[in-house]
Amino acid sequence: MAMPRTLGGGPGAAGRPGTGGPQVLVPAGGLPTPGAGITGARSLRRMVRAITANRKATTGAALLLIFSLVALFPGVIAHDDPTAEIYASKLGPSAHHLLGTTALGQDMFAQVIYGTRPVLEIALGVGIGATVIAMLIGVAAAYLGGLWDSVLNLITDVLLVIPLFPLLIVISRYLGVGGAGTEVMIVVITATGWSYTARQLRSQALSLRNRDFLEAARVRGERPLYIVVVEIIPTMTSLLVASFLTNALYAVLFSSGLQFIGLGDPNVISWGTMLYWAENNEAFQTGQVLWIIVPGLCIVALGAAFALLNYAFDEIGNPALRPVRSMRGKRVQPAQ
Amino acid sequence: MRFVLRRLGFFTLTLWAAVTLNFLLPRMMPGNPALAAIAGHRGSLSPGALRVMEAQFGLNTHQSLVAQYVKYIGDMATGNFGESLTTQPGNSVAHMVLDAIPWTLGLVGVTTVLAFILGTWIGIVSAWRHGGRVDSIMPPVFVIMTVVPYFWLGLVLILIFGVTLHWLPYFFTYDFTLTPGFNGAFIGNVLQHAILPSFTLLITTIGTWVLTMRNNMITTLSEDYVRMARAKGLPGRRIMLSYAARNAILPNVTGFAMSLGFVVGGAILIEYVFNYQGVGYLLLDAVNNDDYPLMQALFLLITVVVLVAILLSDIATAILDPRTREAS
Repeated sequence: MAMPRTLGGGPGAAGRPGTGGPQVLVPAGGLPTPGAGITGARSLRRMVRAITANRKATTGAALLLIFSLVALFPGVIAHDDPTAEIYASKLGPSAHHLLGTTALGQDMFAQVIYGTRPVLEIALGVGIGATVIAMLIGVAAAYLGGLWDSVLNLITDVLLVIPLFPLLIVISRYLGVGGAGTEVMIVVITATGWSYTARQLRSQALSLRNRDFLEAARVRGERPLYIVVVEIIPTMTSLLVASFLTNALYAVLFSSGLQFIGLGDPNVISWGTMLYWAENNEAFQTGQVLWIIVPGLCIVALGAAFALLNYAFDEIGNPALRPVRSMRGKRVQPAQ
Repeated sequence: MRFVLRRLGFFTLTLWAAVTLNFLLPRMMPGNPALAAIAGHRGSLSPGALRVMEAQFGLNTHQSLVAQYVKYIGDMATGNFGESLTTQPGNSVAHMVLDAIPWTLGLVGVTTVLAFILGTWIGIVSAWRHGGRVDSIMPPVFVIMTVVPYFWLGLVLILIFGVTLHWLPYFFTYDFTLTPGFNGAFIGNVLQHAILPSFTLLITTIGTWVLTMRNNMITTLSEDYVRMARAKGLPGRRIMLSYAARNAILPNVTGFAMSLGFVVGGAILIEYVFNYQGVGYLLLDAVNNDDYPLMQALFLLITVVVLVAILLSDIATAILDPRTREAS
């Protein structure tokens, strides 16, 4: 059942693959098989070097850095209170209001700027949370084996095929009073989204089980916890990073989708809720085009940051995918 | 055969998990919101419907949770999904769902097939011309296309082609002035209404097919048997299609089988934005109206369709690829 998850029915599809959720990027090629001796620190350093050498990775990292700074210091960039309904409504862009004001008389620029933080919080929260759960479950399943493996594997498989976005909609509705706030979003998306990564990490851990360096550690008499933390997990760095990026991307798309249809807390200032209010106030019909265009572009840019980084890591792990400097006049050879 | 039986077992188990989720979720949540909603709509319900509803959500019953659960499973197994609570009070849920299915199948199904064919083809050609000008700018473009939220792209297309240019309709599945029937005018109108939502879905889903196909194909192109084919001097087109693409396409085909399963629940937000009266629109309608019986039936339907698609694709893969049979 190692299928690529496609078309989540997310805000797009779902899901991630699948599910009426967001769309999923399926990493190509199999799992990277790291050499036995790579330590976490060394592969981290290699990663930094790889980012600076790959144009897609640099773009993604730069975008992410910009959004992080905006999320950390929104007050430095926007001087208006994003929630205050104190201005004339539906003003066009001007020096005072760079993007104009909403139908409710709020400064739109301030909303876009202050809206960055909740989105990034959800992305980071889900990215880290889902990766940690996936790691615990995937590695435990592979390492413990036997009945544990069967049970954990079954749970993972079941969750993997239940369409995520409809499930998120149903859960959010039940949680419903006043809509889901940032923390609830993180918990719900994390709880439903870890399965794909867990399956990948389990395969990786399984493929390591009989490798010599683990055998050596066992013969040395190391404790199981030491073996898992020091010997197994560092070999998974690239998978863990990919998992973080994929889950963060889903979180951005899923949470924006949920907020857009009014299942988020409408009082949280974020891009998804901006779109919700814009749609409810018929922004297009009243000519308030920026109210819809700008938050959407921000979602695309943040999503692109995660996706470009992920794709770049794929290229780094699989050299054949890297762009070829074209050899003029020669027939292009298949890349090695 | 054993493989198929195992998959059938897994299928049953997942189905059971989905039904159980449906049963447990409203009962687990703080304050039991489903019950609150039923209480809130008490005045507008017929006493009969109310009793059915109460039984379904465990309100005012003296049955144990286990007894409720057994009855619930029985209801689901016999297709007894109850009546709509608020969306179309008193209407049979099964009936409403059946009405919505063709619209979603037509819109999302056709678009999914188109996206798969088009995307796979672009991926094949792009990998074949790896290093060419088109291939060098293409991956980032498609990567970015895959992260565009469906609903936002839908809004933007509405702004451009609907509100501003007035080229295409963007509301509902057909003009209210027309009477549905099997005639040219009506069919043409339905097709017109499908263009924008379908295009939205196509743009946002095609990238995944392109990138998966391209990346697999590039890996395959460096295999020895491809070099052998080149050395034999076979025509390029034959190497591209019969040697490389044929072997690289398997992940895309598996993905395609799965994505067919996600057709029914896959474009909820697109249907919402375009007011397209399919399954996804109905689900959100149910959610907004606290219509829990309808919501549960739809969630179950969406899950079942996915499961059936996965089961079929598993069986197909087992027949096509002997390695999977041995692996299990």
